[in-house]
Amino acid sequence: MKNETTLSAKIIPASIIIIAGFIIILLRLWQLQIVQGSEYRKTAESNRLRVIGIPAPRGIIYDRNGLPLVKDTPFFIASVIPAEISNKHLPLLAEILDMPAEEVYKKITESRHNPDIPIRLKEPLTFEEISFLEARRSDVPGLIIEVDLGRKYLYGPTASHLIGYLGKLTPDQAANPENHDVPPMAFIGQWGVEKLFDKRLRGIAGKKVYEVDALGREIRLFQEQQPIEGKDLTLSIDISLQQEVEKAFEGKAGAFVALKPKTGEILGLVSSPSFDPNKFTHGITYEAWQALMQDRKFPMLNRTIQSTYPPGSIFKLITAVAALEEGVINEETTVNCSGSIKYGNRKFRCWKRGGHGRVSIHRALVESCDVFFYEIGKRLGIDTMYTYASKFGLGSKTGFPFGNEKEGLIPNTAWKIETKKTKWFLGETFINAIGQGYVSITPIQAAFMTSIFANGGTSFNPLILMEDDPKKINRIDLSPQTIRIVSDSLKGVVHEKRGTGKAARSDMMTIAGKTGTAQVVSIRKESKDLPEHIRDHAWFIAYAPVEKPEIALAVFVEHGGHGGSAAAPIAKKAIESYLLRKDHEKKQ
Amino acid sequence: MLRINRRLWRNFDWITLLIVILISVIGILTIYSTTRQPYGAPQAPFYLKQFLWLGIGLAGLIFIVSFDYIWLSRFSIPLYVAGLALLIIVMLIGKTGMGAQRWISLGPVSFQPSEFFKLIFIVMLAHSLSISQDLIGLKSFLRISFFIVVLPFLLILKQPDLGTALVLLALFFLIMLARGIQRKALIVILSVSIVSLPFLGSIVWSGLKEYQKNRVIAFVDADVDPSGIGYHIKQSKIAIGSGELIGKGFLKGTQGPFRFLPEKHTDFIFAAFAEEWGFLGSALLLSLYFIFILRGLDTSRKAKDDFGKILALGITFMFSLYFFINIGMTLGIMPVVGIPMPFMSYGGTALLSNFIAAGILINIRTRRFSLFY
Repeated sequence: MKNETTLSAKIIPASIIIIAGFIIILLRLWQLQIVQGSEYRKTAESNRLRVIGIPAPRGIIYDRNGLPLVKDTPFFIASVIPAEISNKHLPLLAEILDMPAEEVYKKITESRHNPDIPIRLKEPLTFEEISFLEARRSDVPGLIIEVDLGRKYLYGPTASHLIGYLGKLTPDQAANPENHDVPPMAFIGQWGVEKLFDKRLRGIAGKKVYEVDALGREIRLFQEQQPIEGKDLTLSIDISLQQEVEKAFEGKAGAFVALKPKTGEILGLVSSPSFDPNKFTHGITYEAWQALMQDRKFPMLNRTIQSTYPPGSIFKLITAVAALEEGVINEETTVNCSGSIKYGNRKFRCWKRGGHGRVSIHRALVESCDVFFYEIGKRLGIDTMYTYASKFGLGSKTGFPFGNEKEGLIPNTAWKIETKKTKWFLGETFINAIGQGYVSITPIQAAFMTSIFANGGTSFNPLILMEDDPKKINRIDLSPQTIRIVSDSLKGVVHEKRGTGKAARSDMMTIAGKTGTAQVVSIRKESKDLPEHIRDHAWFIAYAPVEKPEIALAVFVEHGGHGGSAAAPIAKKAIESYLLRKDHEKKQ
Repeated sequence: MLRINRRLWRNFDWITLLIVILISVIGILTIYSTTRQPYGAPQAPFYLKQFLWLGIGLAGLIFIVSFDYIWLSRFSIPLYVAGLALLIIVMLIGKTGMGAQRWISLGPVSFQPSEFFKLIFIVMLAHSLSISQDLIGLKSFLRISFFIVVLPFLLILKQPDLGTALVLLALFFLIMLARGIQRKALIVILSVSIVSLPFLGSIVWSGLKEYQKNRVIAFVDADVDPSGIGYHIKQSKIAIGSGELIGKGFLKGTQGPFRFLPEKHTDFIFAAFAEEWGFLGSALLLSLYFIFILRGLDTSRKAKDDFGKILALGITFMFSLYFFINIGMTLGIMPVVGIPMPFMSYGGTALLSNFIAAGILINIRTRRFSLFY
């Protein structure tokens, strides 16, 4: 049993080592807790890390010519760190911030669950406020002054529906893992391009971590993480064109969309009235928001893509193309316009009371004769018109990158049976042929359709970034004959003596256009004699120069009256502004 | 299966059982306290999970006590093979967590095979060392190291779990020493070890990850960069020191909830405890461990056979190593090695394997009298 004893004999030295180990540990504990205990207690009480965010500069948005549309400007915020402030200091805090005590108390108690994140109490601070607060900061541990970058929209309300604005994270957004790197107090894009490209623009915030003492003084920089700047964006819009058009829209409600026909780039996008996104920079006040939402002219509505209107006479282009392509008429076919046409016991009038006399397609378009189109609409039938309207992108989304685009409506017999539970009436075909009745489109669809005419059949997806490659959608097969007839007629609308779009005539280039006056209510009265909200809507679509189109556009003036007088001048201004500047640049 | 005969009942090691339950309950309370969220945000249910694992651990303990530990010796080789297989499986399909591939996922729970392997390793060692009664010669030393130690050591090192791998190695040497090595062999082993130590050291050092090197540097001089690499030690010392004589009181600690103390519910749980219970509480807790360990040594002395002696000694050594390394680390007198505190630190597999280990100790002590009839 020799081994028994050797094994058991080892127990004694092992026990001795263990006992020695315990004694060492007890001595060390004694040293830490008893000898140095009070020192460590103090350190523990003042043991605070303070995390101060460094905002990431947001990407700059440029227009197509490289002009900055926004900039990031620093501003100062009075914040408190809930973990560092005790309730007894709240009255004093409210006093030096000059805020109601209940408000301060509420804001802080609401955020006690996230005690390390500074709560913003007052922003932006003026320089007087900053120096005053700095002086009193030591009286209120936990009060800090933060810096953030505010978005300044250099052109104010111009292009606000496109650019959008920033806002605080909504609770849903805060819960979204995509936003995990957004600091809780930061603003993100909530509208427009700012929202659509937020991930790209926002960058990643950095932070500085300080060790602070019990009085809230920063003792030492503990850790620093530099922010990563957001990436810049270049929009396809021309801000000068945009400004010019918005000025022309002053006091009117309406929409304007201009495209570059060869690529689909959006050159201008106006929805009037607009709003000033600078109001959102420090969080919009409740009153200001209410005012925006309750405004009867709906400034927050993006009329270019979200509103649908009867197209009026601009729809005659569709009717004309359909008739020519289907062989229902040819260039020489004439219809006699006596000022109205009778069908059954109903009388369908031409806008011109005396009538146009015997007109062919060219004059019918130039002078916008209604009777001619009633007649060829009747020959075509509603379903053929539907087919052609659809080919030109009406009644479906154009693919504008904002998600909230409306489709509008192009009726046909099937639709009528399905939704109205009745069959289609021929009288409805008549008015559909001149763009009245059920048919409704968005201004961007009107511009898109115009770009197809400018291209002789080819269409491109609307683009808003310069870097995007043009995306051809499809080509409508139109006979060269049809293209020639229509484009000659559209040129005539502007440049011929009796053209309805004379007001768009320019000495500097040839412009093709078409007026539209969409009835809101059917009263045979001059629009200017009616109260505004039931006056006709004015449309004008145009492209120029006719020989080699550089711009295609649609102007829409809500309750503006005649397309020729209310909308055509705006189109002329836009075309001249854009093309002359372009020529000028070319020469340089 | 559970043969409760009166004799066993009378000899049952209640004290060890009571101590491990007590320490575990203290652990759960500390986990609860230190994972509190200030200002009433919802708390992660670590303490509930640990409570559940305590139940599982008790079941495991009862199971292991229910049969004579001699069966462990009989099944040591299959057990060892199974343990190795698990280590290989974890290497192939294991889940990666916190930078190491240690976990095998079984539906909702995942467990760490290396936790159980330590026990299997001790059982295997005890089995092979109890076959012969002679002192260990150089040949058998090499044979045992080659067949039992090398492969698992490398597998665990590969995970990488440096802490466990080194504990395994240390355990091996301690058990061999205790079992008795021939004088001549001992001299050879020691001199080879001493000569190769610098080489081994540099190999280990170059194999260390950056954070592990930093821990060693921080241990040598904690003030090098108290916010960087010395941060763990500094915050742990602040937590412990600020407990002073009687502590801040249960649920009054701040170092954990305010997130100054890292790994507060796992590796640094002793610091969280010492902050709230002070020197007195800590001394009391230490004496529980002290009794547990000394009693383990005593169990080894009293065991009826060599297998039991070596097994009890091995398990006690294992607990001692874990205990001293962990507490030495929290007290700032040892480098930071990711080694949990037995029975206290959060971690299901560890708690279960600790209870099984304690069960083996209880088993050996309970069946310490040889039957002569």
